[in-house]
Amino acid sequence: MADMLEVSGLTKRFGGLVAVNNVSFSVREKEILSVIGPNGAGKSTLFKLISSFLRPTSGEVRLKGERISNLAPHIAARKGVVRTFQETTIFKNMSVRDNVIIAHHLRSRANLFGFFLGTGTAKADEAAFGQSADEILALLGLASLAGETAHNLPHGHLRALGIAIGLATNPSILLLDEPFAGMNHDETMRMVAMVRRLRDLGLTILLVEHDMPAVMKISDRIVVLNFGQKIAEGTPSEIQANEKVIEAYLGSEDEAIGL
Amino acid sequence: MMLSVKIASVAAFLAIVFIAVPVLIAASGRTDLYYTLTSVALLSIASAGVWFTFYIGRINIGQGAYALMGGYVSAILVMNHGWSFWPTLPVAGLFCAAASVLIGLPILRLRGVYFAMVTLTLTEVARLLALALPITNGAKGIVSIPLPGALSVFGLTIIPDFATLQNSRLAFYLLAVTLMVVCFAVMYRLVHSRIGKLCQSLQQNEELASSIGVNIAYLRVIAYAVSSFFGGVAGAIFAAISQSIYPSSFTVTDSVNFMLNCFLGGLGYVFGPMLGTLVLYFGWDLLFQTGQFQLLIYSGLMIVLMLVLPNGLLSLALPSRKS
Repeated sequence: MADMLEVSGLTKRFGGLVAVNNVSFSVREKEILSVIGPNGAGKSTLFKLISSFLRPTSGEVRLKGERISNLAPHIAARKGVVRTFQETTIFKNMSVRDNVIIAHHLRSRANLFGFFLGTGTAKADEAAFGQSADEILALLGLASLAGETAHNLPHGHLRALGIAIGLATNPSILLLDEPFAGMNHDETMRMVAMVRRLRDLGLTILLVEHDMPAVMKISDRIVVLNFGQKIAEGTPSEIQANEKVIEAYLGSEDEAIGL
Repeated sequence: MMLSVKIASVAAFLAIVFIAVPVLIAASGRTDLYYTLTSVALLSIASAGVWFTFYIGRINIGQGAYALMGGYVSAILVMNHGWSFWPTLPVAGLFCAAASVLIGLPILRLRGVYFAMVTLTLTEVARLLALALPITNGAKGIVSIPLPGALSVFGLTIIPDFATLQNSRLAFYLLAVTLMVVCFAVMYRLVHSRIGKLCQSLQQNEELASSIGVNIAYLRVIAYAVSSFFGGVAGAIFAAISQSIYPSSFTVTDSVNFMLNCFLGGLGYVFGPMLGTLVLYFGWDLLFQTGQFQLLIYSGLMIVLMLVLPNGLLSLALPSRKS
């Protein structure tokens, strides 16, 4: 399969601290690749570098061969790299449906002036976005909550809404930042099933996660970071058998890496 | 709201401001009320601008600067360059919008109290500039500005020369109210189109907005420019009515009042600033009889109102209607 996203020699320094050190890997089309690592391994920094929320000190990120590092976040999103957030970041005071509709912004063909005047293009956009939003909400099991104000949603649904917002932008690759954080076992399993379904629908997914059992279950391949460096890459079973990975997690329960 | 209810309330509002008010004033002989109501209309235009910056999540205490700028632009074009008043009106607005783009590009990166503080100083900067620049004639200001002349299109006189009118107060009232209606119609359209949703997305979470592809820097500058345009237009008409403009015509107090008008009316409602301005303007005047306690009572009432009605006066009449 072709490479969707290519990370090469990515490095980020904060003063004397090297948060991400010469990391290279690639994400293939229609796969779920997870980035894992102990606390402070540089996962979140890597995530921000890929989504262009941070500029790398050196190295680059390419999407389908096109360089996307050093762009503004909204340009990166326009190119097809869209992230969800670690916190439950949503538009709190909008309805669930409006949250997803507004996220269709990238697909709009009318400009601001067109929206103001309510031109035919703008109206067609609105209708198409509404329909697409309903489809996405149905896909993620949020259809019955469409009219609810977003901040009233329970935790698990908020995370699903975050993903719905990401989907609405029609991304080439969706970056999920700790999608299982703070979820109980049942919620996690539901989310795992949901993410796999998105992959089966043809989406490429890169996720950063702490929850090892979930990662082992969900991922096609895994990249392991420790102290900002990539120490392993491979399928879940390869990673579970990898000496370096076991060493990095030493001191934590064996259970933590799903052994 | 049902469409028919909307149309009926708009028609009722237009009937009140364009017919009922002039008729009542003529019957009671209180022509001084024209000046008061004209001021309310103009101040509510400037406040509407402030309200729109609230809508993108920025507290704007600098509208006085743009009102002052608009007033001077119009006055200078009329006095020094022999322009008619009418073209100076949009030019003043556009000048302010352009200035606000230059000012907004750096300062709109700030949020919360930091943006508020910078805008607060803008008004003072504008006043000091007006004192210092040669073109604004310093503390003496620009006086004896002629009343607006006739406006003709293809030889057809649309608006007569204000100087030849028997009742220029009525004329100014109608002008101000017309502009207010246009301004609020534009605001209503902005807020209820997709642009309003985009602005709300900025207000609620700029990071998420940019991650779904919204060009947040562009959008907030546009919103700030629209806001300042309204400020400039309001200032230009003020200069024309009072036939003068001084560095102290719009001060920090005015900027703060524009903001309070929005708070009082309700930040969640397009027509909040209009109601807020009306109540605040008349409220202040009514308290005049309390003499030295005027400011104390006024401030106390404002604090109580904000505590009891954090969503503004309109939240009493309209049930909470979110997005």
